[in-house]
Amino acid sequence: MSTAQPEALARDVPPWLFAAAAVTTLPHALHLPLWLSLLTGLLCGWAAWLWWQDRRLPRRWLLLPLAVAGSIGIVADFGTLLGRDAGVAMLVMFMAMKLLEMRSRRDAMVVIMLGYFLLMTHYFYSQDMPTGLWLLLSLWLVTAALIRLHAGSIGIRENLRYAGLLAVQALPFMLVLYLLFPRISGPLWGLPQDAFSGKTGLSDSMTPGSIANLVQSGEIAFRVRFDTTPPARQQLYWRGPVMEQFDGTTWRQSKQRRSAENIQPTGPTIGYETTLEAHSQRWLLALDAPVTLPDGASLDGRLSALAQQPLEMRQRFRLAAATAYRFNAEESPSVLRDNLQLPPNSNPQTRTLAESWRQEAVQPERVVALALRHFSTEDFYYTLQPPLLGRDGIDDFLFRSRRGFCEHYAAAFVVLMRSAGIPARVVGGYQGGEMNPRDGYLVVRQSEAHAWAEVWLVNRGWTRVDPTAAVAPERIEQGIANALPSGEPLPAFLQVRADWLRDIRHRWEALNNAWNQNILGYDARRQRELLSRLGLPDADWRSLAIALGVASTLVLALIMLWTLHHRRRVAPELMLWHRALRRIRVDCAPGETPLALAARVGKSNPELAAYFNAVVHNFLLARYAPENPEHLAALRAAVARLPRRRTP
Amino acid sequence: MRLIDNLQQRLFRWQDDGTASIRLGQRRIFILPSRGGLLFALALAVMLIGAINYNLALGHALVFLLAGIGISGMVHTFRNLHGLSITPGRCAPVFVGEKAEFELILDNDRPMTRRSLVFEAAKGMSAIVAVNGHDRAKITVPVGSHRRGWMALPRVRLSTRYPLGLFTAWSYLQPAMRCLVYPCPLPTPLPENALRPLGGISNGLGGQEDFSGFRERQPADSLRHVAWKASARDNGQRPLLIKQFAGGSDAELDLAWSATDPALADETRLSMLTAWVLEAGSRHLHFALSLPGQEIPAGSGEAHQHRCLEALALFPS
Repeated sequence: MSTAQPEALARDVPPWLFAAAAVTTLPHALHLPLWLSLLTGLLCGWAAWLWWQDRRLPRRWLLLPLAVAGSIGIVADFGTLLGRDAGVAMLVMFMAMKLLEMRSRRDAMVVIMLGYFLLMTHYFYSQDMPTGLWLLLSLWLVTAALIRLHAGSIGIRENLRYAGLLAVQALPFMLVLYLLFPRISGPLWGLPQDAFSGKTGLSDSMTPGSIANLVQSGEIAFRVRFDTTPPARQQLYWRGPVMEQFDGTTWRQSKQRRSAENIQPTGPTIGYETTLEAHSQRWLLALDAPVTLPDGASLDGRLSALAQQPLEMRQRFRLAAATAYRFNAEESPSVLRDNLQLPPNSNPQTRTLAESWRQEAVQPERVVALALRHFSTEDFYYTLQPPLLGRDGIDDFLFRSRRGFCEHYAAAFVVLMRSAGIPARVVGGYQGGEMNPRDGYLVVRQSEAHAWAEVWLVNRGWTRVDPTAAVAPERIEQGIANALPSGEPLPAFLQVRADWLRDIRHRWEALNNAWNQNILGYDARRQRELLSRLGLPDADWRSLAIALGVASTLVLALIMLWTLHHRRRVAPELMLWHRALRRIRVDCAPGETPLALAARVGKSNPELAAYFNAVVHNFLLARYAPENPEHLAALRAAVARLPRRRTP
Repeated sequence: MRLIDNLQQRLFRWQDDGTASIRLGQRRIFILPSRGGLLFALALAVMLIGAINYNLALGHALVFLLAGIGISGMVHTFRNLHGLSITPGRCAPVFVGEKAEFELILDNDRPMTRRSLVFEAAKGMSAIVAVNGHDRAKITVPVGSHRRGWMALPRVRLSTRYPLGLFTAWSYLQPAMRCLVYPCPLPTPLPENALRPLGGISNGLGGQEDFSGFRERQPADSLRHVAWKASARDNGQRPLLIKQFAGGSDAELDLAWSATDPALADETRLSMLTAWVLEAGSRHLHFALSLPGQEIPAGSGEAHQHRCLEALALFPS
C-alpha cells in the first residue's frame, strides 16, 4: 500500500516507454532522411541515459530550439510540413522529444498514443505480411507499456501475458468490424502529392532502353487466375499502350480518338481474374483480345483496355479474352494514314531496304515474312546491353550494331513496314508469365515487359507480329532467363535455377498472394458479396449497421462471459452447514465455534439438540477430515433429518 | 440536502447496517471513459479517417484491433472491482488534526491480482492497494480529523483504471465505521497542587522521569542516585546530594476541570486536560480525572488513559 501521488512516474516505467518508442519509430528509418533518424536515435539515447543515471530531464527552454531546428530541417528536406511523408517525419521527431519531457503519467499517455498512431503510419509504405507481423508485435509491446503505466507494479512476464490476453480478446472485435464496418472506397479528400510514389511499370512512351531498364526489376506486375486451362505461353500477350507516333527516337501514343473496335473472336473465350499492382496508369493489361470488360472499363479504339481511374492501389478485375480473333478488318483510312507516318529524311538505308522488299513481293504478307526472315537469318543478337545508337537510330541498329532488346526489334520492324507502305504500330505490354504451382496463379513480373508490333493487313485487320520471336524464339517460348546469352546482367531472382529455391519462392509468393487477395483485397465489393452470402442481399449502410451492432454485442457478451465468469468455489460441507443453520433458523455469531453453537442450541431448544449435534459432528468430520467422502454423505443425511422450524 | 443524503444513503447503502462485508456487484460499479480514454478514442477516429482516405486495409485492421483492445480493457477494468469483498476493520483513535486511518479488509476470491485500487474518502487523501489472487489485504483509508468526538467514515470512493487507464470504474462504499477523535493536546505543565501524596504507599524512591531538584542523601539512598557533579560543586563541604525526579507511583494525581483556568474556552481547557492525561500516562502516574458531571476514579495504564481521553473527546460542548 502506498499513498504516493498517482500521477508521478515509477522508476521502472520509462524503459517500457523507450521500448515502445523504439519499435514504433525504428521501421521508419528505412525511408526517413538519415539526419532525422540519427537525431531520433540520439534523443532516445539521451533520454535513456538520463534515466539510467537518474538525472533530471532537460528544461523546456532547451528542447524548444531543438524542436524548431528539427522542423526547419524537415521543411528543408521535404519542402513542406504538411503532406504524408513530412507528417510522418514530424511525428517521429515529436516521439523522440516527448521522451525527454516525460514527467507525469499524462506525458507517458501521450507517448503511448503517439506510438499507436505511428504504428498506423507504417502502412503508408508497406502492407505486406512482415510489416503486419512486426506491427502486431509492436502493438503488443505498446499495450504492455500502457498496462505497466497503470498497474502500480507488475512483473514483466505477467505484464506481457496480460497485454497478449487483451489483444487476443480484441481479435473477434477486429474480425467483426473488419468484415462489417461499412467500407468507403476512395479518398475522402484530395490526397497530397506524395501519396503515391515509387510505382514501377510501363510508361506511355518507348525509347530504346526503356523496357530493358524495366526488365531489371523482379517486382510483380499482376497476377492472373484463369477459369479454365491457361492458354499456351506463346499466346500470352498482355496489352498495354499502343504507340503510333514516332519522332525518330521515341514512340508515343496518339492523342487522336479512335472509333470503337470490331472484334470477331475466331476461337473459344477464356474467362480470367487479374489482380493488378498499382502502376499509376489506366491500362488493365488485358490479354489479347479482350471480349468482356469489367464495369467502368473501356477500350481505347486500339484494343487497350482502360480503367476509369489510374490504378493507384492493387485492384482486382474480371475479364474474358479470345486469343484467336480478328480485329478491325475494316479500318478507317485516316487511321491507316496515321500508321504510315515516318519522320521525314530519316533512316534512308532502312527505307531503301523496305522499298526493295516491296518491289520483290507484292503481297504485304510476303513483305512481313521477308522482314522476319531478315531478322532470323542475319546475325542479330538479343541482348539487354545494346550499344548506343546515333541520329538515324534504326539505320544504326539494322545495319551496324545489330544488337538490341525487344523495343529495338519492334521499332525497327514497324519502321520497315511503314517504309514498305504497310500500316504498322508498336504495342507495349507484357509477354508470358510464370505459373505458380502452389496456388495456380500466373505471375507476371516487370521482367516480362515486352514490345511487339502490329500490322494492318487487308481482310485480316490488325495482326500481331513479334520480331523478337524471330531473333530469340526462346524469349517467347520459355521466358527471358533462357533467351539471354549467359553473362548478361540479369536480375538476381531470374538467375535462380535451383528447384528448391524456386519452390521456396513460389510458396512465399503464394502466401503473399493469399494475403493480398483475402485480407488486403477485402473492399466494399467483397463486403457486399459476403453479406449476400450471409442472407443480406442488397445491404445498405443501415442493414450493415444493424449487422455490426448485433455482432459486436454478441462478441462483447462473449468477452464479458470469458472475463467475468468465475465460479465461486464454496466447499460443499460449508453449503450444507449453512443450509442446516437456515433450517433451524439459528445464526452463528461471529467467532462462535460449531461446538459452542451446538451447546447454545442444546440449551435454548433441547428438542433439536440430538439432531443438531449429529449435524455438528458430521460437519466437523467433513470439514477437517475431507479425505473420507463418507463424512460428507453423513452430513447430508444429518441435515436432511433436521426438523424444520417455523419461527426462530 | 436531507433528501439527497437520504437518497445517497439508499443508493449506496451498505448491506443492512454497514457492519457486514459486501461484495461489489455490477449494480454498485460505475464505469466511464477516462481522459486518457477520450484521447485514445480521438486518436482512433483520426487513424480511421486516415485508413479510409489512403485505403489502407491493414490500417482498418489496426484501428479495429485497437478498438477491440479498448473495449476488452473496459471489461477488465470493470472486473478489477467486480466481486471484491470489503469488510470494515478497526480504526485506532487519533487526536484532532491527525489522519484517522480506517481499516478495510479486502478479499479477492478471483485468481488474478486486483491492482491499483484507489480508496478516497476525503479529497486529496487516497490510498492505493493491490490484492493478490485468492488473497486478502488490508488498507487504511486516511481521513483528516478536525473535531473531537466520534467521526464517521465519510462515503468512500473506490476507483480503478487498471489495466489500460482508458476507463475509470468506481464504486461508493458506506461502511458504518467511526473513529474516536481525542481533543488536540495543548502542552501545559502539570498543575502543582494536583499532586497529592498517598500516605504509606511511598516506597522511598523518587520517580525517575522529570528532574525537579536536589535533596540530601539519606543512608538508604543508593549510591547510583548521587549527583556527583552537583555534590562536588562546593569542594565536598556539603553532604552528598541526590537528584530528585517528579512523578512516580508515590503520588496520586487529580486532574480536574476546576484546575484549569476558567477564563479559557472550554475546548482549550479540554486540550489542557488532554495534555495532562498524556503526560501523566507517559510518566506511569496514578491519576484520576474529574470533569463536570463525570468522575473517573484514579487508575493507571493504557485502558485507563483511553477511558479518560474518551471522556474528554465526548465531553458535551
